[in-house]
Amino acid sequence: MQSSARFCVMGEKMSYEAVIGLEIHAELATRSKMFCACPVVDPQEAAPNTAVCPVCAGMPGTLPVVNAAAVEYGVRVALALGCEVNPRSLFARKNYFYPDLPKGYQISQYEQPLARNGRLVIHTAAGEKTIRIRRVHLEEDTGKLTHLGPDRSLVDLNRAGVPLLEIVTEPDFRAAEEVRLYAQALRAILRYLGVNSGDLQKGALRIEPNISLRPMGSQTFGTKVEIKNLNSFRALERAVAYEIERQAQRLEAGEAVQQVTMGWDEDRQVTVLQRVKEGEDDYRYFPEPDLPPLVLEAAWIEGLRASLPELPEGRARRFVEQYGLTAYTAGVLVEEKAVADYFEEAACHLSASVAPRALANWISVDLFGLMNQAGVSAEQIPVPAAELAELVSLVEAGRINPGSGREVLAEMFRNGRGAAEIVRQRGLEQVSDADFIARLVSETLAEHPAEAASFRAGKVTVLNWLFGQVMRKSQGRANPQIVRQELEKQLGNQ
Amino acid sequence: MEVFELTLADLRRALRRGDLSAGEATRACLERIARLDPLLHAFLYVAAERALAEAERADRRLRAARRSADDLPPLLGVPMAVKDVLVVEGMPCTAGSKILEGFLPPFTATAVRRLQEAGAIVIGKTNTDEFAMGSSTENSAYGPTRNPWALDRVPGGSSGGSAAAVAARLVPAALGSDTGGSVRQPAAFCGLTGLKPTYGRVSRYGLIAYGSSLDCVGPLARTAEDAALLFALLAGRDPLDSTSADLPLTLPDLEAASTSRPLRGLRIGVPDEYFVAGIQPEVEAGVRAAVEALAGLGAEVCPIRLPHTEYALPVYYILAPAEASANLARYDGIRYGPRLAGASPQEVMARTRGQRFGAEVERRIMLGTYALSRGYYEAYYAQAQKVRTLIRRDFEAAFERVDLIAAPVAPTTAFPLGAHRDDPLSMYLEDIYTLPANLAGVPGLAFPVGFDDQGLPLSMQLMAAPFREDLLLLAAHAYQQVADWHRRAPRLEGGAPQN
Repeated sequence: MQSSARFCVMGEKMSYEAVIGLEIHAELATRSKMFCACPVVDPQEAAPNTAVCPVCAGMPGTLPVVNAAAVEYGVRVALALGCEVNPRSLFARKNYFYPDLPKGYQISQYEQPLARNGRLVIHTAAGEKTIRIRRVHLEEDTGKLTHLGPDRSLVDLNRAGVPLLEIVTEPDFRAAEEVRLYAQALRAILRYLGVNSGDLQKGALRIEPNISLRPMGSQTFGTKVEIKNLNSFRALERAVAYEIERQAQRLEAGEAVQQVTMGWDEDRQVTVLQRVKEGEDDYRYFPEPDLPPLVLEAAWIEGLRASLPELPEGRARRFVEQYGLTAYTAGVLVEEKAVADYFEEAACHLSASVAPRALANWISVDLFGLMNQAGVSAEQIPVPAAELAELVSLVEAGRINPGSGREVLAEMFRNGRGAAEIVRQRGLEQVSDADFIARLVSETLAEHPAEAASFRAGKVTVLNWLFGQVMRKSQGRANPQIVRQELEKQLGNQ
Repeated sequence: MEVFELTLADLRRALRRGDLSAGEATRACLERIARLDPLLHAFLYVAAERALAEAERADRRLRAARRSADDLPPLLGVPMAVKDVLVVEGMPCTAGSKILEGFLPPFTATAVRRLQEAGAIVIGKTNTDEFAMGSSTENSAYGPTRNPWALDRVPGGSSGGSAAAVAARLVPAALGSDTGGSVRQPAAFCGLTGLKPTYGRVSRYGLIAYGSSLDCVGPLARTAEDAALLFALLAGRDPLDSTSADLPLTLPDLEAASTSRPLRGLRIGVPDEYFVAGIQPEVEAGVRAAVEALAGLGAEVCPIRLPHTEYALPVYYILAPAEASANLARYDGIRYGPRLAGASPQEVMARTRGQRFGAEVERRIMLGTYALSRGYYEAYYAQAQKVRTLIRRDFEAAFERVDLIAAPVAPTTAFPLGAHRDDPLSMYLEDIYTLPANLAGVPGLAFPVGFDDQGLPLSMQLMAAPFREDLLLLAAHAYQQVADWHRRAPRLEGGAPQN
């Protein structure tokens, strides 16, 4: 990935560096809302305004009460990101008017956030890169507006008051790929901790990059542009790349970049202007008088730290050491906790002689292919892990050939039956019997004398065609390696 | 003795003995409200039918209990009034504002619920300055309340409706709220005993917020004994209010007040800073005489200093409006209350707020918004918080030397309606003696100590260290055993009120 955009300015090469920071809002998957007892509901399933009480509707006289589970979730994320957790943090009111904001202010954290100074390591094509995390803080979500027309809008407060964790990075990204990798890595951590569904589509995880460009080598920041409405990692990467390009073109044309908020138009694959910011917004933050400072005891924080589960980064390292996987494959497997769990369960059932690396490849290539095709999530893999291990063992032991193995896996995926059973029923067991294969080869060469002759005349590519003919004759059961050896031998002999 | 003349404690005893039924007590209140409230305008809403139905239920329990000697809730069958900034489920609540016209709350404030659980009957909602912003009840969007002692005078504010209702004997007691003096000053103007508890002592849940770090719910009653009775029920931790204190409650031993020299060992400080130019001479004389009386009851009196007192007013008028500017942002016409039409959501909100808020509310929202704005925050809000800390330290230092601080409640007795109409600043000065207790979070109690030459009640304020309401109530109760100012009632029928 190109890390800078290069353009010709007045006949000279001028190059820009993109400076990108990221704000991520993660809904915390607590049972109840941030400051009241209302349940947190699926926005697409619950009927509007069915999870609302006087507190989250901002009725006169109501007061917030902090949800302890949300604090615990937030601290776990902060610890997983290597942050310093503040023993005393403050809630604050962020004031602005909007119909989806029931109190006319959002309870957030400002001067003293929950945690600061974390980091997350990403693995780019160019190597490791550490992204610094500036702050992690708790706040509440707003409601949702649905615009029915120019003069009619509906307010749904089901989401109002849902706990949000805002995770803000330093402006450490220089390329779109880095942004995507970070977002994916963060999502994996949130899912490992079980605090967030990781669903970008439903808005459970909202990623907002801010992008500015500056001449290569400059230390000052350019004017930054925020992008919202990104509901996939693909959209995130493309939008950032697009925005870098757009700003570079403007700068090259001698135009200034405006401080604006852009939205990502998925259909047209472009960023479009959403809001022009006239100076900095003034939210008139001040400490929330309805909530005392959030005081966390060191022993409680340490208890949470000790109980953190193995996280993707550590697990990938262990996979490399324990199972001999490549760093790349390990990275792919650990991204989803359910997949990593599946891999480890299957690895237990693998014959001792089979390398776990083979199993890893079957999962990351063939099984993922089937899952993508069928739209099946990692939690719903229909093939029991032990059965996949059995299949891989069969292939690795040469009992069936890899092509048959793929067919068997497809059938296992379809109907959940066992590998050995399918192999037996379909008679797919691989034949390595030398005499049998020698007979197949000689028959094939006898049937196609012209092709055999052309091979001997020097047209070596015909060998593959002849190989195919032998395999077909064996109905795919012949051991491909022995077939090839036998074919070369017989062609050479004659 | 007429029913309406009974204090809360008397009424409670009469109900238990069966001398009187809850139905009779409630009807007596409703009848008096119907007859006298047109003169006073203390009530914004009277829940006559509901109150009578509750009284009937209370009477069934009272009758049953007399047969079986069961434990009864302490206020069973006692009618009360509630300031219209405390929500009661099913009773319209306006906070004295047109922006909440027609609003029907779906829940009940914790303070009110505690009284209801103790058997009290909420008979109606009383008038208040809009969102409790004022010192005269003239800022109510529904018209002012008049002082039962002189109908051309204000009852004080913002709990003026509750004060007038209790002073005129429409109800035996009422709830108010005190952000800068709004229980104590109307208690003073109407000759009542009014308690502002320690910040956090009584739940704010269901109290329509004005200045959240200052707001306190407190009782307005005829005697310290009644105030103590109500305070004991109101106080306590509420899981719905994170700022409510989880501390054991010390209740005064009022029996001890009838011994000789019941205040022996109690040290009372008199701060010089509270007796300054502008104070009505009779007010000062009244306070000093009452201090003498307390000394006569055994208390030691000494002068003290509260050097940052003069900053209380500017500090309050930065912090309270700052908090109010956020607290009142929810009144946007979107979810409840009236809504004015507009071309965009922003216009709907702006027009609704622009037309439905009164002038004083608008003024404070603008003051607060300004104090919190970028570029001004440090100079105003942050600075005011620092000075607030100094004021709190003044009190901490004082309470190392004394148990109680004696002071006036307000510089004057009840002033005529319209006296401060064109001068908000002069109205703000009415609160100079009550604001410090709110800023420091300490409890304060106002109780009657005489009358001026116009026949208007004089009052004294006692303040104590946080969570020492027991000392305030004990001292006032002891005083009320040797004085009878609190027994006097305004005469509303057949001629001008007199004492």
